[in-house]
Amino acid sequence: MSPALPTNIADCDIHPAVRSMTDLEPWLSKQWIDHFRTYGALRQTHYVSGAPYHKSQPNASRRDAYPPEGGPQGSSLEFLRKQHLDGNGIGFGILNPLVQSQGVRNLEHSAALCRAINHWQAEVWIANEPRLRASIVVPYEDPEVAAEEIAFWADNDSFVQVLLLSRTSFLPGQKRYWPIYAAAAEAGLPVGIHAFGNSGWPVSSVGWPSFYMDEMIGHAQTSQAGLVSLVIEGVFERWPSLKLVLVESGFTWAPSLMWRLDKTFDTLRSEVPHLKLKPSEYIKRNVWWTSQPMDEPENKRFLADIFDWLGWDRLLFSSDYPHWDFDDPAKVITFPATDEQRYSFFIGNAKAVYGF
Amino acid sequence: MRIDCDIHPFVPNTRALFPYMPEQWREMSEVRGIDDLHSINYPDSTPLTVRADWRPSDGRPASDAATIARQALDPFCSDIGILNCLYGVQTLFSEDLAYAYARALNDWVRAEFLDRDPRFRASIVVSLENIEMAVAEIERCAVDRRFVQVLLLAGSARPLGRRNFWPIYQAAIRHDLAVGIHAGSELRNPPTALGWPSFYLEDYAANAQSFQYQLTSLFTEGVFNRFPTLKVVMLESGWTWVPALLWRIAKYWGGLRMEIPWADRSPAEIVRDQIRFSLTPTDAPPDPAMLTRLTEHIGSDEVLLFSTDYPHAQFTDDEVFPEAFDADFRDKICNANPLATYRRLGALP
Repeated sequence: MSPALPTNIADCDIHPAVRSMTDLEPWLSKQWIDHFRTYGALRQTHYVSGAPYHKSQPNASRRDAYPPEGGPQGSSLEFLRKQHLDGNGIGFGILNPLVQSQGVRNLEHSAALCRAINHWQAEVWIANEPRLRASIVVPYEDPEVAAEEIAFWADNDSFVQVLLLSRTSFLPGQKRYWPIYAAAAEAGLPVGIHAFGNSGWPVSSVGWPSFYMDEMIGHAQTSQAGLVSLVIEGVFERWPSLKLVLVESGFTWAPSLMWRLDKTFDTLRSEVPHLKLKPSEYIKRNVWWTSQPMDEPENKRFLADIFDWLGWDRLLFSSDYPHWDFDDPAKVITFPATDEQRYSFFIGNAKAVYGF
Repeated sequence: MRIDCDIHPFVPNTRALFPYMPEQWREMSEVRGIDDLHSINYPDSTPLTVRADWRPSDGRPASDAATIARQALDPFCSDIGILNCLYGVQTLFSEDLAYAYARALNDWVRAEFLDRDPRFRASIVVSLENIEMAVAEIERCAVDRRFVQVLLLAGSARPLGRRNFWPIYQAAIRHDLAVGIHAGSELRNPPTALGWPSFYLEDYAANAQSFQYQLTSLFTEGVFNRFPTLKVVMLESGWTWVPALLWRIAKYWGGLRMEIPWADRSPAEIVRDQIRFSLTPTDAPPDPAMLTRLTEHIGSDEVLLFSTDYPHAQFTDDEVFPEAFDADFRDKICNANPLATYRRLGALP
C-alpha cells in the first residue's frame, strides 16, 4: 500500500517566517521602518494582534516545528533543512511567505514590504539553500506597482512564480488586476494564488461565520469564486500560456465546478462572447492545484476518482510546512497509484510547471 | 406519484399583491412608486430565467395557476408541485415593509395558486430582517396545511447556522415544515466573498459557493445536533459539489473539533439523515459513468428530490433526469424521497 517515495520530491508550498518584522529592516528605508514601528501595517481586518479567527495552534503551526534556537516555526533555515527538507526527502521546495505585506491598506507601504520580503527570500533563504526557490510577493492591490515588482525580479533565478493571496479586494479576474497577469506572462512565470488574505469583505458570501473551522473550509469556496472570475473575465483567453497554480485551495471541488460552469456557459454564452472555449477547457489548459490540504473521504478510493477526473498531470504535492495541517508526503496518497502517477504528483508536474 | 419540489410562480408586479395588503402599505407603495421588487438574482430577460418555449410573448411567465399547470405539471405527469416564489421581498431593508410584502406574497400564492388547483403546495416566504416577524408569519401560514416548507435564500446576511435564526427552525419543526434554502440572495453581501462579479453568469454560478458556506455553517453551529428531526432542503443548489465539500468538512472536523464539541455525527451522516437537494440543475459531468460514480460518493439514494425548476432553463424538452439514473432511482427521487422530506405531504389523498 505504501511503496517507497520517489527521492528528491517537490514541495510546492513551504512557509518561511520572519523571527520578527525587524528581519526585514535591512531592506526598508528609515521612513518605512519608523512607519511600521509607529503605525504597523494596516490590514483590512479586525485585530492588530492577529487573525479574526484564532488559529488552532500558535502561528497556525506545528508545535514540534519551533526551531531549537528560538523564534516562531518556519523562521530558521537550518531547522527547516533538518526537519523538513532532509527529514521528508524534499529536493525542490517553493517558498510562499505569508508575512504581512500583500493587502496592506497603505499601498506604498505594501509595496515597500513586498520588496523587502523578496530581498529577504533571495538573500537569506535561497542564497543559502540550493533546494529552495521563492515566489515573488507583490502588492496586488496596486497592480501597476505589482507588475513592476515582477519585472524587477523576473531575471533572478531565485524566483519561480508570482504570489497572490486568494482574498483580494476584488475578484481576481477583473481588469484592474490585468497588469499583474501581463507582467507574469511577459516574465514566463506561473501565478500562484494561495488561500488567505483579508479582502475587506466577510470571509463568506453569506456573512461572517462563527468558527475558524468555517474559515478554513471556506477557502475552498472563495478560491472557486476567484477561479470563476479568472476564467469568465477571459484572462486565459488573453494570455493562453499563463499558468495558474491554486495553492492550499483544495482541489476536489474542481470537477463539479467545471461541470457547473460549462452548463451555465451553455445557457448564458451570449453574455460572454469574448470566451472562445468552454470554461472547463481553459481550466484544463491553464490551471494546476497543490494537494494540501488533502481531503478525506470515508472511502479513500474516491480521491483517486478526483485525480483521474482532473488529470494526474494537474496536481502538485505540497506539505504546507510548518503549518498545523501539514501533509506528510509518506502518507498523503492513501489509495493505490502507479509509480508513474506518483512520480508526476511528487516531481514531474512541478518540473513541468516551474521548469526547474 | 410524482412530486415536483421546485416550481417558481412569477409575480407580475407589486400591484398584483395590493389586494392582499393593508391600505397603509398599498398607499405607500403607490405614493412612492414601488412598482416592482424583481431582484437581480433572476433578471427577466436572460436565457436562464425563462426557458424560451415557456416565455410568453409579453409580460412575465408563470404568473397564473393554469399556465403553470399546463407547462410544469401536465407535461411531467407531476401529481404535486411545490411553489417557491422568488419575488425580491427579502431584499427590502425596512422590517415592516418586508413583513407586509412577505404576508401579501404568501396570501397571493394561496389565493391565486393553492385555491385554484389542488395539485399545488407552497413554501412560506419570510424576510430575515426581523426573526420575530418571520416566526409570526410562519405561525400564521402554517394553519394552512398546503404550506409545506419555510423558504430562505442561500445568500443571507449572516450564515444560516447562527443561533439567532434558530427560532425559525423551531417553528418549522413545530409545524411539520421543512426548511428550504433556495438559490438567490438577500444581497446584504455581494454574490461572492470577493465582491461583485462583472457577469450574471458568475452571479449564478456563485450560488453553489453560497450553499457550500451554508451547509458548513449549519454543520458547525450544531443545528442538526440540536434539531435532529429538522429537514433542510437545498433548492436549485446544484448537488454534484456535495461530496467534495463533505470531505473537506470531515478533514477540518478532524483537526478542529475542539471548536464544535456538539458535533457528534460526521458531515456525511448529517447529509444522509437531514439534508436534501432538489435535482435541477444537475451540473453533470460529460460522461454518465462519472455521474454514477459521483452518486456513490454521496453514498445515499435518499437525498435527491425531483424538481423541474420551472420556468428556469435547465434542460431541453422533458429531459429532467440525467441519463445515468435508472428507473428505480428516478422513482425514488420523484416519490419516496419527497414524501420522506415533506411531512405535510404524508396525508395526501
